[in-house]
Amino acid sequence: MTDLFSKFDPLIQQREQLLSTGVTDPFNLVMERVESPTVAICNGKRTILLGTYNYMGMTFDPDVIAAGKKALDEFGSGTTGSRVLNGTYGPHKAVEQALKDFYAMDHAMVFSTGYQANLGVISTIAGKEDYIVLDIDSHASIYDGCAMGNAQIVPFRHNDVEALEKRLKRIPEGAGKLVVLEGVYSMMGDVAPLKEMVAVSKANGAMVLVDEAHSMGFIGEHGRGVAEAQGVIDDVDFIIGTFSKSVGTVGGFCVSNHPKFEILRLVCRPYVFTASLPPSVVATAATSIRKLMDSKAKREHLWENSKRLHAGLRQLGFTLGTDEPQSAIIAVIMPDLEKGAAMWEALLNEGLYVNLARPPATPAGMTLLRCSLCALHTDEQVGEILGMFAAAGRATGCIS
Amino acid sequence: MPDRAQTLAKTLELIEPFNKKGIAVTEATRFAQDLEWDSLTVLDFVANIEDEFDVLISMNMQAEIETVGQLVDALEKLKA
Repeated sequence: MTDLFSKFDPLIQQREQLLSTGVTDPFNLVMERVESPTVAICNGKRTILLGTYNYMGMTFDPDVIAAGKKALDEFGSGTTGSRVLNGTYGPHKAVEQALKDFYAMDHAMVFSTGYQANLGVISTIAGKEDYIVLDIDSHASIYDGCAMGNAQIVPFRHNDVEALEKRLKRIPEGAGKLVVLEGVYSMMGDVAPLKEMVAVSKANGAMVLVDEAHSMGFIGEHGRGVAEAQGVIDDVDFIIGTFSKSVGTVGGFCVSNHPKFEILRLVCRPYVFTASLPPSVVATAATSIRKLMDSKAKREHLWENSKRLHAGLRQLGFTLGTDEPQSAIIAVIMPDLEKGAAMWEALLNEGLYVNLARPPATPAGMTLLRCSLCALHTDEQVGEILGMFAAAGRATGCIS
Repeated sequence: MPDRAQTLAKTLELIEPFNKKGIAVTEATRFAQDLEWDSLTVLDFVANIEDEFDVLISMNMQAEIETVGQLVDALEKLKA
């Protein structure tokens, strides 16, 4: 019998080798208690959270929690059904209305996760004769959406407007075209030149889908994302987003002004063939989204945090993913996986949690310590974070 | 030079900058196993090929192409 697991042997070996050095397993951390959006207890130790995507700190908002409890009491713990059968409750329609209001768009469709939103929309709208042109650094859910459908998949170099344009021009006449972009790329925290890319896509007759998972609530005047900040949101056909970052719970969505959008509810398999979100989850999401509309002061504080951490880490001598802070994600580039894991552990021992990111999730085979800031990180916490990076960096020899 | 030979010559020329191991490349050379290219190298190389021949090689097509000879065949078909 061929062991179907033998294909995982190289990864198993790499993992064993890493753990044999005695380093804490970076992919097995347990948070025993969570005190707030910025602090948890890990291994009995108070730990500042700097790797949660909880950008706007909504997870402990009293209004959000109250809405969830009320829905739990009134609608029960779960729907036990698909959105198209018994799984659409009042709160599901309410959260879709909140999204339509937030984005000022005609249609909103909620999926059970952000991953499923990309999987469903991309695989469904691009068919056999169509072309999907996507940034090479796109998220796994975008690639999986491509793999699940039948369209021709054409990647282009990250954030390269000319490379996108050349490929669009080579697509056979008459073929359907979907350009898939992200507002903020989550590994390096860099922003896409959407203004130019959307213009080029439209000029070549393509529909445009933008994943704004890492910008919602924070970037743009109304927090609608990078497309809003760069003034092209009206030319974007589909925006994909998630409830698991700024909104502070779980779920995914697509908003659009396409007049035929609602038909997706019948033809999109990752929407139809899965149970809908629990009523408490959509109730917390709806409350959170409505509060995010009016969070200018928090957005400003988050930018301040991002700028300060970026400047501070640079000053300490770390190599960062972007020259300027472009989002609430700051990626610290590590020389290799061993050093990265050692630095990650040293930070945890100092009382700081960040994400260790490694290939294939990262571009160009890089190992990253990815930091995501929260609007509720205080000035004192950002100071503490920089102190921990200095101590851990020196202890591991990452900086001198 | 006939068309296919020209395409092969140009393809070999474009492979050279990425031939880090300095192996002798023939039509039978495999991109993944022999040249040991990772996905990023493949992207760069495919972009150069696409620009040179003014064609589009989708990921679906790339999945079917294992050797240099297969790439040349695919290019001949795309140019036709």
